[in-house]
Amino acid sequence: MTAVELAGITKRFPGVVANHDIHLTVRKGTVHALVGENGAGKSTLMKILYGMQKPDEGTIAIDGRQVTFSSPADAIVRGIGMVHQHFMLADNLTVLENVVLGSEKLYGIGAKARRKIKEISERYGLGVEPDRLVEELGVAARQRVEILKVLYRGATTLILDEPTAVLVPQEVDALFDNLRELKAEGLSVIFISHKLGEVLSVADEITVIRRGTTVGTAVPAETTPRQLAVRLVGSELPTPETAESTVTDRPVITVDKLRLEAVGGKALLDDITFTIHAGEVLGIAGVEGNGQTELVDALIGLKGADSGTISLIDEEITGWSTRRRREQGIGYIPEDRHRHGLLLEAPLWENRILGHVTEKPNAKGVWLNPKAAQDDTRRIVEAYDVRTPGIDVTAASLSGGNQQKLIVGREMSSNPRFLIAAHPTRGVDVGAQAAIWDHIREARREGLAVLLISADLDELIGLSDTLRVIYNGKLVADADPATVTPEELGSAMTGAATGHLEHDDTTPETPDLSKSPESGEDEAR
Amino acid sequence: MKKFDKERVLLAVAGPVIALAVAFVLSAIVLLASGKSPVEPYALMFEQLGYSDIQVLIINQASLYYIAALAVAIGFRMNLFNIGVDGQYQLAAMMAAVVGAHANLPAVLQVPLLILTAVCTGAFWSGIAGILKVTRGVSEVVATIMLNAIATSVIAYLWLPNVFGVKVGNNNTTGEMHESGWVSGISMGDAGEIYGLVFLAVLLGIAYWVVLNRTRFGFDLRASGASETAAAASGVDPKRMVLTAMLLSGGIAGMAGLPILLGDTHTYSLNFPTGIGFLGIGIALLGRNSPVGIAFAALLWAWLDKASPELDFHGYDKEIAVIMQGLIVLSVVVSYEAVREWGLRRQQRRVGAELAAGHVLGADNNKKEVAGR
Repeated sequence: MTAVELAGITKRFPGVVANHDIHLTVRKGTVHALVGENGAGKSTLMKILYGMQKPDEGTIAIDGRQVTFSSPADAIVRGIGMVHQHFMLADNLTVLENVVLGSEKLYGIGAKARRKIKEISERYGLGVEPDRLVEELGVAARQRVEILKVLYRGATTLILDEPTAVLVPQEVDALFDNLRELKAEGLSVIFISHKLGEVLSVADEITVIRRGTTVGTAVPAETTPRQLAVRLVGSELPTPETAESTVTDRPVITVDKLRLEAVGGKALLDDITFTIHAGEVLGIAGVEGNGQTELVDALIGLKGADSGTISLIDEEITGWSTRRRREQGIGYIPEDRHRHGLLLEAPLWENRILGHVTEKPNAKGVWLNPKAAQDDTRRIVEAYDVRTPGIDVTAASLSGGNQQKLIVGREMSSNPRFLIAAHPTRGVDVGAQAAIWDHIREARREGLAVLLISADLDELIGLSDTLRVIYNGKLVADADPATVTPEELGSAMTGAATGHLEHDDTTPETPDLSKSPESGEDEAR
Repeated sequence: MKKFDKERVLLAVAGPVIALAVAFVLSAIVLLASGKSPVEPYALMFEQLGYSDIQVLIINQASLYYIAALAVAIGFRMNLFNIGVDGQYQLAAMMAAVVGAHANLPAVLQVPLLILTAVCTGAFWSGIAGILKVTRGVSEVVATIMLNAIATSVIAYLWLPNVFGVKVGNNNTTGEMHESGWVSGISMGDAGEIYGLVFLAVLLGIAYWVVLNRTRFGFDLRASGASETAAAASGVDPKRMVLTAMLLSGGIAGMAGLPILLGDTHTYSLNFPTGIGFLGIGIALLGRNSPVGIAFAALLWAWLDKASPELDFHGYDKEIAVIMQGLIVLSVVVSYEAVREWGLRRQQRRVGAELAAGHVLGADNNKKEVAGR
């Protein structure tokens, strides 16, 4: 019995990748994974299924009956529910209020609704408390509220868009248990991800989408991560492993007892002390919102330290402006490239200038040098494989991965001494990811010091020479990336473990298989 | 890529053309609704364009509008809304008139002195709003509106006979300026004189373009307007930029009254033109903050102003021109936003299409990409 069947879906869409002849069949009572690179067309497809976009060609069938959706409301009526990657919850309302919001007609807003929420929560083991304020909840609990919200609206097919991106490994396991409950009750789940290890452990069936079209389906029992991954990217796999150590004993950036306070005196960062040497990558692991953003802001100079010092080589830079820090060799790959890294409506070559307006080749004295900046942009576009028809198009017209490659190229072009790389490969496809890793590795060999902040533990473990864990604004633990496992890091990220994380040999080695270390250095390049 | 350049021109022209067309149609509807011919007023006003004395009036008036609109535009380029241009130029013109009446240097020094006085006064007045914004977070919109009202009172005070005022009949003036501060115009014979400081307006337009597009400072300013967060991360000090832009805007605003002051009236009196700062907002909008666009917009506004009095002689109300100006501003705001979004989407589509067709810059030396397709 099929819950959802998409046949021949084609969408000519104002964007970089359109959907072309997509086929997807989801059986009832299964978890069906949809995997693909970022920009492969997963989101477009899910928007079509959720009624946010209309396909130009092709058909959608729910429970065997052909349907057309003109809005998400139509999709909800047909039992399709969507859990977005970014939660759509009002922080200052209770769980109950959030759930009934917009669906007051179903079970009212009082006791009946509360009973229904409890019933759903118990039935699927979600553990949701209706009267808690959403702002008190952690990420995982919020996600369960989102799931409950769609179930409350009568969804029988749930779409989960990258649900594990914000979770630590332990929370991922709990989520997967929830999903198993759901399918045991006969519901279907469409699970969108690009983490192959997770997909293989939770899905009953996998559909791979590449360059806007489905390239095949697989059953986890009969496939290896490697086979799946090759299908996904259509080429060899990258690995973030760094082979030989290039760490020197020349300190580049030294942070001493850095403290940053929120208005009102609450510490956002407290007693942060570390040194990064030339040729060293220091990885910071942590659940988002534990001070990473503040640390980056303090290092680049967007926020002033309340106490403590930051030194570059042998100069104290705590009081320096952002511009001076950049001029003196701090490169910055921001976490949110749209807010901090790009002028979206400006052409690529003006984005080449952004952040480096005082430097060659962009400026001669107080004058801009557009010609030289344009030439240099062309060089970056070629050297960093930014896929664009030209340098006069706006940054907004590039895909996320290409925007990121442009940023990386720009930051590397000024030969920084210290690079702040916040989630350098977030939202970037596998091919671009490998390229960005290569560039970081290469610069590191030449003596660059890198602060790497990432939510991707494999990236952290693979690229870093040293690992620190940030929790609640403090560096609570450190680990050796050569021996630590994602699980051990994950437990330190929740505050459960502190100090030096000694590798425990009884812990089974379960790295994320999508970038499995056994793929080896040479093979990967 | 030439194609994208053509695209940009198309987008730049599409907005104003659509806005003007809509405004003309709407004004025609207003005329129809009041039982008048929807065509004849336009014909009359176009006819006025042919007369050389009207042409001179249009150019002179446009020079005031142009400078005021540049002042507004420089604020717009970094998301600052300087509504206070009106107060800034009036106060600045008065101070220049006062200095011109009391100081008497040789012309080579006197004229620059007057210009400097006007610039400093305008910048001082807008700077108050700038300082309030960066230190206290006061919205520049509110502050500059308030400062307009205060400027009116300050001017009234300065007009008092025991301060700087000179009564001429019922008129308040600041007394006649010394002739060394007069800037003679270009005589057009019977048609009148074009203000000498029309050239100041042209120079300012050129300087505006050069500073914004060819200097580091201009880049920082535009970046701040495009994305405050990205600009801050790129090293722009947001507070300093706000203050600088406010001072620049006010400084330019200070010059808006000079062409007529130094070229014609030679005194700041009750007859001195008011409201130019507010008109400048609409003109800057219509001109899309570009120096060339603003020039066209200023000329259009001046034409509507100077050609409309003729309507009174033919049984139409000249206020139709004001209605039209209002409608233009309204349609401009709507059509620009629509065209901007349409343009962005269109470019995304085209980039997608070009990439799909394999037109990648530097594709030749990138075998991996080709193989991947």
